[in-house]
Amino acid sequence: MSFEAPCDDCVRRSRLVARLAPHIQRAREQGRRLPLLLGLSDAELIAALGGRQAGALAAAHAALDPGAARAGVAAAGLAALCRCDPRYPAPLAVSPDAPAVLHMAGEPERLPALLAEPAAAVVGARRASAYGLEVATALGRGLSSAGVTVISGMALGIDSAAHTGALEAGGNTIAVLASGADTPYPASKSRLYAQIREAGAVISELPPRFPAWRWAFPARNRIIAGLAPLTVVVEAGERSGSLITAGIAEDLGREIGAVPGRVTSALAAGPNELLGAGAHVVRGAEDVLDLLLGAGVRPAPARPPVPAHLGSALTAVGDGRDSADALVGAGFALADALGALSELELLGRIRRAPGGRFVVSAE
Amino acid sequence: MLARVATFALDGLEARRVWCEVDIRPGLPAFGIVGLGDKAVREARERVRAAIQNQGYEFPMRRITANLAPAYLRKVGPSFDLPLALGVLAASGQVPGEALDAWAVFGELSLGGELRGSRGTLLVAEGVRAAGLRGLVLARERGGEAALVGGVEVAGAETLREAAEVLAGTTEPSPPPPRDHAVAEALGAPDLAEVRGQAGAIRALTVAAAGGHNLLLSGPPGTGKTMLARRLPSVLPPLTDAEALEVTRIHSLAGLRTGGGLVSRRPFRAPHHAISAAGLVGGGALPSPGEISLAHRGVLFLDELAEFPRPSLEALRQPLEDGFLTVVRAQRALRFPAAVTLVAATNPCPCGYAGSERCRCTEADHARYRRKLSGPLLDRLDLCVTVERPHPDALAAPPVTSSAAVRAEVAAARERGAARCGEDMPVQADARDLLADAYRGSRISARGHARVLRVAWTLADLAGRDRVEAAHVREALLYRDWISDPVAVAV
Repeated sequence: MSFEAPCDDCVRRSRLVARLAPHIQRAREQGRRLPLLLGLSDAELIAALGGRQAGALAAAHAALDPGAARAGVAAAGLAALCRCDPRYPAPLAVSPDAPAVLHMAGEPERLPALLAEPAAAVVGARRASAYGLEVATALGRGLSSAGVTVISGMALGIDSAAHTGALEAGGNTIAVLASGADTPYPASKSRLYAQIREAGAVISELPPRFPAWRWAFPARNRIIAGLAPLTVVVEAGERSGSLITAGIAEDLGREIGAVPGRVTSALAAGPNELLGAGAHVVRGAEDVLDLLLGAGVRPAPARPPVPAHLGSALTAVGDGRDSADALVGAGFALADALGALSELELLGRIRRAPGGRFVVSAE
Repeated sequence: MLARVATFALDGLEARRVWCEVDIRPGLPAFGIVGLGDKAVREARERVRAAIQNQGYEFPMRRITANLAPAYLRKVGPSFDLPLALGVLAASGQVPGEALDAWAVFGELSLGGELRGSRGTLLVAEGVRAAGLRGLVLARERGGEAALVGGVEVAGAETLREAAEVLAGTTEPSPPPPRDHAVAEALGAPDLAEVRGQAGAIRALTVAAAGGHNLLLSGPPGTGKTMLARRLPSVLPPLTDAEALEVTRIHSLAGLRTGGGLVSRRPFRAPHHAISAAGLVGGGALPSPGEISLAHRGVLFLDELAEFPRPSLEALRQPLEDGFLTVVRAQRALRFPAAVTLVAATNPCPCGYAGSERCRCTEADHARYRRKLSGPLLDRLDLCVTVERPHPDALAAPPVTSSAAVRAEVAAARERGAARCGEDMPVQADARDLLADAYRGSRISARGHARVLRVAWTLADLAGRDRVEAAHVREALLYRDWISDPVAVAV
């Protein structure tokens, strides 16, 4: 089964949003709300943003050749799926500001296949802590291996960690970009991009080779939230984009999950606030699976118990005594501390984080 | 009339005999010096003329030609002033020429005729002994240093006139000052007893000292990396006499010695990261020892390793491997000893707070920094250790240990290591399995494998065991290079 070409109206709409990119940028700087703008019809949008150029924009909009635009998408090696297509993701279609066209990199059949499975969005801070990265990777791995599709934005930090985890376990993952779907953003994640494109799917509402505008990130977040019935926030500061994603998900009536952090950590402010407002506690992939599939559907995989003599050291590392010296401070003899750290690392229960400290591995 | 005075020129770490020949003949008054001297040698004309006159001698108003032979050897520095002046005096009959046959002379002159010490006195005294001369006339302040070489008569003099009188036999050479055995130097040396907390890092220092391993200290700014590194010399065994002589020779050449006596403390050198490659390993037209040679038998400390330019670090590789380095110049190759324990310190990331809330670096910053560190030197660093801010409790607690206690541990382990005579230590079966597992699980690279094993030997030596046990391998694995090792770093 091959994809039908996106319809003329949807292609026009898609190109209109792209053409208006600088106008949207300006409007947002003036404090206008993105969801309201993207929910407008073509003519309203031109009228609202065009100003003195409205006439010229309307003319260009009418003159656009959808055939040429479609050919451009195909030439970039992308597939396109429009809102009128029955296979357009149903959860996304319900929102009034859903993108007209989704451009897909990778095997085009894979997006509907991935979205036919239960899905969860995993998002969080770019500058994440070792703890956050560890949890996000483990979530991605645990969800993907359970057949759940992991949706995220391929940003630095938590997003990439979630994708990386999912790729380690089957590759059930979708990256939603704020640039064109053929243009890895950030560029430093080109390798991750290639892996996701190979094993999962990369999508974007923007045309090929389109750069990432500032407004495109919150716009991208609405797609992430719209695609998934559950959005999990791993780490986020108080004014993080991840909280925007969670807010959109809430507006759409979707479930929100948050990974608790230490109350003293600035990165835990976002998730802890969500938890206070009633979000689900996510301690690991099991909690997410419980939310998506119902509690007790699958047996929890038992982890081999830690050898008795290492138990107290593992607990101490989990409490933030994350180096040999810190353990000595907690009353361990140096030789015991060194021995315990080394054994725990070899057992895979703790890991080296950037900076050389240890972090309890979440699995 | 012709006179000939023996002196010495420094050529790397060797002193070569130079004949200072002075010929005086009728002609227009002139004073020329030939024999491949540098600017300081050319300027000696003015100092020698003034010194001779100010000491009450007569400067001959005739044509004077001085030659420093052999002519192919480059002569550098002001130490040829005294031989030139004595040559002029002998050639003009003011000093008996035959008196100069048995002595070498060496030193700089002031315009008033006072003698000043010059670099490399120890090397020159050794040269005097090798040449079979009776003794050396030099500035009195350097007498102690020259007297370290036995079998050479050392005549210290304050002035040109005193030097001339010693040679003529009219004044007895004054004995060199008593050997001050640099006790004062050992006092006030930094000690581990001043350190609070840091048990993990001190353990790493112990291992580094016991096995001669190079060490990388990584940690946020202000946690005590430099403070710990400064204390490494204090846990190394004291210098043997032979080692002390080697060190003194280099320091003498570099002009670092002001007092007499042997260097008694292991050197600690901490060059700034703006240093050039030549400054680090030695160089110059007349090659002089670099920081790594000045740290010979001691500790070379590179703070902010990531800031050092790559060529400088690249230049360190060969001497770190061989324990000496060769500086090649057009005429010849010179060898400088460079057996050091290298300690490097680095922040874990550009801002220094990687892994903690305070870190302001992006993932890309981390990756870039890691690439920078993973450069030429990291594979020479056997031990990678994190240094953390000590816990407030640890600041109030008594020190973990003292330098004397660690020194005893280190000495015992070194003895056991030396008794192995370079043979491999047997590895117990469970330890071997552990290492194989770590390798198979790609926790360590092939290069890391060899390093872990080497460190495990030292740990076994420290524990007083004659075979490597599992616990030793486990601890050694903790010290592996997790910076350039991507499998060890989460995401």
